[in-house]
Formats: sequence, structure tokens, C-alpha cells
Amino acid sequence: MKRIYALEEWCIDCKRCEVACKVFHSKSKDPVKAFLYEQPKPRNRVRVEGNRTLSIAINCRHCPTAKCVEGCISGAMTRNPETGVVTSNPEKCVGCRTCVSMCPFGAVTIEEGPTHPIAFKCDLCGDELGVPGSPSCVAACPNRALIYVESEGN
Amino acid sequence: MLDYVLPRYRVMRDKDLCIQCGVCERSCSNEVHHVDEELGRVTANNAACVNCQRCVVMCPTQALAITRWPQVDSGSSNWTLETMQDIAKQAQTGAVLLSSMGNPKPYPIYWDHLLLNASQVTNPSIDPLREPMETRVFLGSRPEILKVNERDEKLSAPLPPQIRLDVPLMFSAMSFGSISLNAQKALAMAARELGTFFNTGEGGLHRDLERYADCAIVQVASGRFGVDPHYLGAAGAIEIKIGQGAKPGIGGHLPGEKISEEVSRTRMIPQGTDAISPAPHHDIYSIEDLRQLVFSLKEATGYSKPVAVKVAAVHNVAAIASGMARAGADIIVIDGFRGGTGAAPKRIRDNVGIPIELALAAVDQRLRDESIRSTVSLVAAGSIRSSADIVRAIALGADAVYCASAPLIALGCHQCQDCSSGKCNWGIATQRSDLVRRLNPEIAAERVVNLVHGWTHEIKEMMGGMGINAVDSLRGNRLMLRGVGLNEKELEILGVKYAGE
Repeated sequence: MKRIYALEEWCIDCKRCEVACKVFHSKSKDPVKAFLYEQPKPRNRVRVEGNRTLSIAINCRHCPTAKCVEGCISGAMTRNPETGVVTSNPEKCVGCRTCVSMCPFGAVTIEEGPTHPIAFKCDLCGDELGVPGSPSCVAACPNRALIYVESEGN
Repeated sequence: MLDYVLPRYRVMRDKDLCIQCGVCERSCSNEVHHVDEELGRVTANNAACVNCQRCVVMCPTQALAITRWPQVDSGSSNWTLETMQDIAKQAQTGAVLLSSMGNPKPYPIYWDHLLLNASQVTNPSIDPLREPMETRVFLGSRPEILKVNERDEKLSAPLPPQIRLDVPLMFSAMSFGSISLNAQKALAMAARELGTFFNTGEGGLHRDLERYADCAIVQVASGRFGVDPHYLGAAGAIEIKIGQGAKPGIGGHLPGEKISEEVSRTRMIPQGTDAISPAPHHDIYSIEDLRQLVFSLKEATGYSKPVAVKVAAVHNVAAIASGMARAGADIIVIDGFRGGTGAAPKRIRDNVGIPIELALAAVDQRLRDESIRSTVSLVAAGSIRSSADIVRAIALGADAVYCASAPLIALGCHQCQDCSSGKCNWGIATQRSDLVRRLNPEIAAERVVNLVHGWTHEIKEMMGGMGINAVDSLRGNRLMLRGVGLNEKELEILGVKYAGE
């Protein structure tokens, strides 16, 4: 499957990926509405860690044997067997945080949801759960520090 | 006394569009922007803005624009705001004003007064998409006569060493130190891809770029930084830098704080020491001395590569070029007064030297008059802005051009003229690791290659229109040029007729 890879050598800590992610995952897909007006607040699923001299974008690896899926107690976190995309269904998530503690990459976060805190993670900007789209973080990166390429293996 | 040096620019932030994401704050090495959470808005320190426009490009909502500071001047055309601000700065500091990039003053740009010809009725134009079109040129000395063994159909005397360019354009000298390694690497990668050359400047050849050495012209300048037999032997050609268009007659000074470990290793000088290039070469005080250095370098490399000599375009450039040709230079480079620099005293940059168009025409004519034009190749430098400028330069007599500002603009440079601060937000004119990494050489090289491909297509179209199918046939072909808005003297020096003649 195609995966997003983050290259720390070229990450410049601008966080345009975070902005693009948040906007894509908003209702309006408009940056001004997404940042200033929408409720509940849209959440970005990629985040840049580090500082100006060394930084990297953290996002989901979509593991073939995903620990978050193994740990999920409510069946919200699933891996689509055909596409390989790992997604969390917000309607099923109970916010138990098992996925957060099991993810080896720190790619899942718990944030305020419509009714209670739930898990948020990268869905590869698909139109529906489990279907990859064209990742907006990759398009927003000015320095090719995020690349979306076919990965070896599964 | 109160500081009355005004900000030069003002950040215009569209409050309706600003989402306070902080991308501008993280993008600005001059620390202009600040997301003030207490105030709930983004503030700007306008005085620190240099108009590099990084924030403008990076802002995800296009909420930013930079304008001039709105303060009116005195109303005098003589005492302009800039003139008075310069005086204020010098009154404070007592220092020489420093600036960067090429001469920004409104001197005549002769390129814009030269129009190109095209074929109509009496001779056919050529469609470059259907017929072969040659943009390849060779630089180096040419023998007076070819000795051919006709029975074997071979040359009986070897040709002097030459370098082959697939496009009549090379990247001018910019040292590692004045620009970042990533910027130099991008130009090296582009030169390899395009079949042309980049120039190391006088900063030595970084070990990471040794694999591009065959596409490198290595410079020997007055500081002799980084010069050793390995450096000379690795390169495609060697260039002796006597002068630079942006600052004729003066040397260079890279301050100690920019001499990082890598720069120090490449320049072969101690870390943290100032890298001072003297104004003259201390072993060159005459044409005869220049000849000694030219032949020392030829000896050192076994006469295997051409030696270029670069001078700034100055008043007696034609006579000087004649002397250079006689001193054994294979390639003569003339750098006009609009050529860029990483740092130069402002008064020198803005007031010294002459336009490349006039210098080029004068040099080509002088060498032809003395029947030595074919012993050298002629390269024009100093603000070649487009493919049309290249065509004009070749028609005025150049074999090829050197070009640096345009590829830097392709890399992101916005000509803010603040290179000397070392805080280039585009990762070009800086050694700060957080800024250098902003320039991914892979992307940068692609952009430069795109630019030159575009220009090459245009050169072919313009030549085709003239009915010419090779750069060699355009060289010195001044009948393909006509002047507009020029006086008799200018036309005489340029050697072109007036439009309509």
C-alpha cells in the first residue's frame, strides 16, 4: 500500500501539514471557518514534534499488524483488509485510550469529540473510512519532508 | 539622539483571513511575526522585516502582503527617503553601508533597447519542433588553423582543451560560505542534468560535491581558498577571478561567524577566522603576471583543461580583455555591474562598473579588430534575466553566458538584498542549520532544470524565427539586433543599427 513517510532531514517545523490536516478534516474545508468558527473544533491528525533545527511530522504508519486495532475494546479501530488503511470509527470509539498506549509511534491522540473524548488518527484523507484519498499534509509540505509512496511489503 | 531610522516595510495582515496558525512566526528568521495569545492576534515587528516574502508564500490562507513603509519623503527628488535614511544609518554607526545582490539603481538596461530579428518571405524561418536546432557550444581556445591528416581523416595536432555545454548558459560563481551547501548542491545537480557547469566560487569544493566535479568550474581568487592540486585536477575548467561585477576593485570578506566547521574544512582555513580575499591578487600586478598564473595553473593540470579569467566590466575593459587573451586565457568572462553578490559595500555596488551590454560589445569588437577573437571564448555575466537576454548576448558576441540571480530566484530568492545578514529565510544565503534545511536540493534542482529547459525552448524558437539553426551561427551576428531608444554613440559601441535601418 501507499504510505506517508516523514523525512526529518527536510522537515522545517512550519506545521503547514497540521493546518492542511485540520482543514481537510473540518466540515467546511475552509481554513478560516475550520480554525475560528467550527464547533466541535476540527482536529489535525498529524503533528510536528521537535524544534526549528530538528523536527519531524508524526503520523500513522498504517501497520500491517496494527497494535491499536489489537487493543481496541469497542471495535472502533479497524484495518481495511483490502486497502490496509487503519481508521477509527468515531461512532464506535468509547475513548478508553488503549490505542494511544499501544501505538509505538504516538500517532493516535484523544481529543474532545461530539459527546465524549475519542481517538483521532490519520485516515489518509479518504472520503470514507478505510479508503485512502490523496493526503493533504503531503500536498501542503513545502519541502518534500512528507512523501506518499508505495511501501515495500504490505 | 533618537533613532530615526525607519522601518522599510510593513506587514499587511488580513484579519479576516488570519487563522493564527503561527506558520509565519515559525517561518521568519528575522522574528517579525509573533502569535500573541494574550492579545489573541498575531503582531508584527515591522522594523525587522526585510521583504523576503517567505511568510507571504508560506501563509496557508494568503493573509499576508508586504508593503513599503508609508512614511512620505521630504518631497525633494534630491533628498529622497533612501538617501536620508542612509545618512542616518551612517551618522549612527560611522560604518560603510553594506548591501547584497545586484545594482538596483535605474541605470539603462540595454537589453531592453535591443530588438531581435525574424525571417519574413525572403528567407525561411525554422520550426524547432520539426527540425534539429543546435544549442551546444564549446568553450576554450581555438587553434588558428586546423592541421588535418587528410589520408586518415584525422587531426594531426590535438585541439586545445575545451568544455562542452549543451546549453549556452552556466551558473556563475557562488561560493560555499556565501551560499549554503544545499544551494550549491542544487546547482551542481542541475548542471549535471543540463549538461553545463556550475562554479564553486572561491570557497573550495565541498567533499559532498566532488562527485559533481566534472560539472564544476573551480575558481582561483585572490584569497586562494580551497586551492590545491586535487581541487584543480578534479574540475572541468579553472577560473581565475580578478574581479566581480557587483564590486569591481575590492576584495571580499566573509566574517568569522560564517566560517563553520564545514566551511572551514572546504576553504582550508581555521574555523571562526575571517576569510579575507584581498582586493588584488598579490602576485598579479600586470598582464605578464597574469600570464604566469594562467600558465602555472595549466602546468599544474597538464594542459588538460581550459583556464578562464574573469574581470568586472570597467572603463578600459576592451584593452584589458585583449591583454587577458594574450596572457593565455582560454575563456574571458566579463561581469557587468548588475551582477549579484552576497555582500558588497552599497556605494561600490551602486556606482562602480559599466553595463555588460556595452562591455561585451566593446570586448568582442576589440578582439575581432586585433584578430584574436578566435583564440578565446567570451562569456557574458551580470544579470541575464531571460532567454531573450541570452540570445541578445550571443548576438552581441558572447559564446555563452553566466547566470546566477535567475537560478537563485528559481530556488526561492526574492531579491530582498539581505544576503549579508546570513539569515536567508529561503535557505540560500545562510549557514544556519535550521534555515539551510529549508532548501531541499532535489526540489531546487528540478526547478532550475525546469527554468533552463524553458529558456532553451525559447532560445530555439527565437533562433528558428531568425532562420538560424545553431547558437554558433548566431554568435556575433549583430545584424539580428536593432536598437530602439538609443543614441548614436550607444549604437556605435553596441555595433547595431537602429530599428528601421
